Amino acid sequence: MFEGLQDKLQGVFRSLRSEGRISEDHVRRAVRQIRLALLEADVHVRVVRSFVGRVQELALGEEVLSSLTPDQQMIRIVRDELIAVLGEPGAELQFEGRPAVVLLCGLQGSGKTTTAGKLAVRLRGQGRNPVLAAGDLQRAAAVEQLRQVGAAAGDTVIEPAAGEDLPAFSNRALAVARDGGFDTLIFDTAGRLHVDAESMAELTALAERVDPCETLFVCDAMTGQDAVRSAAAFAEGAALTGAVMTKLDGDARGGAALSLRGVTQVPLRFVGVGEKLEDLELFAPDRIASRILGMGDVLSLIEKAERVVDRQETERLAERIARQEFTLEDLRDQLRQLRRMGPLSQLLELLPGQFRGANLAGAMDESRLVAITALIDSMTPRERRNPAILNASRRRRIARGSGRTVQELNQLLRQYRQMRKLMKRTRGKWMQGIRGV
Amino acid sequence: MSADFGGGTALQASGDELRSGGLWNRLRRGLGRTRKGLSGRIGAVLGNDQRIDEGVLEQLEETLIEADLGVETSLELVERLRSAVRSGSVARGDEVGLRQLLVDEVAVLLLDAPRAEWPPPPRITLMVGVNGSGKTTSAAKLAHASLARGERVLFAAADTFRAAAAEQLQVWGERLGVEVVRRPPGGDPAALVFDAVQAARARGVNHLIVDTAGRLHTRGQLMDELAKVHRVARRASAEAEGRSWRVSNLLVVDAGTGHNALVQAREFGAAAPLDAVFLAKIDGTAKGGMAVAIARDLRLPVAWLGVGEAVEDMVDFDPRSFAAALFG
Repeated sequence: MFEGLQDKLQGVFRSLRSEGRISEDHVRRAVRQIRLALLEADVHVRVVRSFVGRVQELALGEEVLSSLTPDQQMIRIVRDELIAVLGEPGAELQFEGRPAVVLLCGLQGSGKTTTAGKLAVRLRGQGRNPVLAAGDLQRAAAVEQLRQVGAAAGDTVIEPAAGEDLPAFSNRALAVARDGGFDTLIFDTAGRLHVDAESMAELTALAERVDPCETLFVCDAMTGQDAVRSAAAFAEGAALTGAVMTKLDGDARGGAALSLRGVTQVPLRFVGVGEKLEDLELFAPDRIASRILGMGDVLSLIEKAERVVDRQETERLAERIARQEFTLEDLRDQLRQLRRMGPLSQLLELLPGQFRGANLAGAMDESRLVAITALIDSMTPRERRNPAILNASRRRRIARGSGRTVQELNQLLRQYRQMRKLMKRTRGKWMQGIRGV
Repeated sequence: MSADFGGGTALQASGDELRSGGLWNRLRRGLGRTRKGLSGRIGAVLGNDQRIDEGVLEQLEETLIEADLGVETSLELVERLRSAVRSGSVARGDEVGLRQLLVDEVAVLLLDAPRAEWPPPPRITLMVGVNGSGKTTSAAKLAHASLARGERVLFAAADTFRAAAAEQLQVWGERLGVEVVRRPPGGDPAALVFDAVQAARARGVNHLIVDTAGRLHTRGQLMDELAKVHRVARRASAEAEGRSWRVSNLLVVDAGTGHNALVQAREFGAAAPLDAVFLAKIDGTAKGGMAVAIARDLRLPVAWLGVGEAVEDMVDFDPRSFAAALFG
């Protein structure tokens, strides 16, 4: 459903190569594609309107008109402009006061409590001594949730006493943090609707009471057009100093980030990228820009890979791919390295669209990796290097030896052939992509 | 049957709606904000110029997109308006006619999906969805409605992953007087569901509501786990002597979700066949327009709307009223 913008723009400019000239009409058609891509990424219509207006102006300059690869040029303009609108890279929290108070707010289910736990882990890693306050007195078992998150992170959690209201609790939390020698108080609050005036007034009053040095709006990456309304209301109800975009480990394009920034000017600080407490990263505008455009996040992938992948090994492999000598043995080694990088689906999500389209996600589900490794392990070295020799009897033997079925083996061989074909086809782009970064 | 949300007309209340009149009014108030916004804008767009030209249609398209109907659905709807104008079935500049056509077209998309119905008891309902969509609260609302129908309800806290998920369901259970089948955190949800089905049978329960863990559909392993939970629920309940249990999967979608809602519906449906959507958190300014795209692309109906934080805050979904309330 979401092909990358790149493919669409290539389509727009295809006719051009024969004509050799770009007309304003081309640019307008390209801008229309950009508009749709942004809308599909859930960027708010108003933000899109002003955005494409600027892009059109820039594109109508001679830069694009004289460019040999107008689609690339166009992408660059859009990407640069996106990065500009998305603002500065996320900045670490700034602390003031003792305890320094970090207040979290947002809609129901946006991920405040999980983010509170993640922030505590991050701050401890930076040598601070944070304490969590369970300020969600509304939702059933919210306090219990933070208690468990805190326990998992080794944090102290200040809990409301029975019958204690929010003002009394917040006063006590401040006192407990101060007296307990904690330098940072991370204050979790109840999820609230921006149209609920009473609830928003409660937030405003709370902010006045605890005087936070950082007030963070927690926003779900899957949010649609409504993001602008809720963000604007929260920005008005509490002096926001930043936003955290959660659940970016899914496949939402995260256009809400652009809406949020375009409408409220609130800087994006962090992104949540997984369910574990370590899965919180500083916001990187260039990565979100690529994501919004459906271009994948090759940079994140490379960073992740660099952490776990043996460089020499990778270079050896790249050569083999280039010479088209990629064997089942190489596949197995790669899968082993891949599994060290974390959940596969997360990795696949980082890939540009053209790779995702190849049904890799279906082909390489986590549990299937185990099956594939078992199957390849049950082959002889000769079979691994030359699967063409796998006749029926060899296949049966491998299936028996690995405890899998012949069907699974056949499927693996099919996918292997597909993969080789894919590598052949996209090798150029891939290498180019890596070198470009 | 359809409630008339149109300009200033009183709500035509049928028996059903009288009973839930308070809720409809709340929903109407919630959606009223939308309606004012949308109709105001459509009015402004159409009022200034007597001709419905391309610019107007584009603005109309943006209006639809702003209600989260999604790019594809919005483009298709606008295309239909365009051909209606061309063929002369709507006069140029006829704002009322055009708006009515828009409502009709949206209603048609919604009505094309099969009607969501409560299967007869005994039944098992699996609440599924991404993290934070509102599964647990929706489970409580469903239980409340079920109890009101005189059914005997049991909860299964199959979210053994998230901190305090079982406690959250337990709190609702205590408020509703519904027992909860639980296991220690980290336990196997499929095994828990198996136990819960046995417990449901032993206790003479006829509606087992299973609250599953939130999961992003991109996590293959977690989706496999969900498929397994569904399989176990079916198998365990099929062995029941005499009566057969109907297992339905209810996808809980946050009304504020954008295009990703469609992907969620598709991917969750691939893991466990979905019966209907529970559209949660429609009491803000989010329109839940994705329900239209889901009905259009996947023929998946919306069964209920979650319109507040209390257990009573759930209304049956009515396609015509929903369409009308979106675009009044």
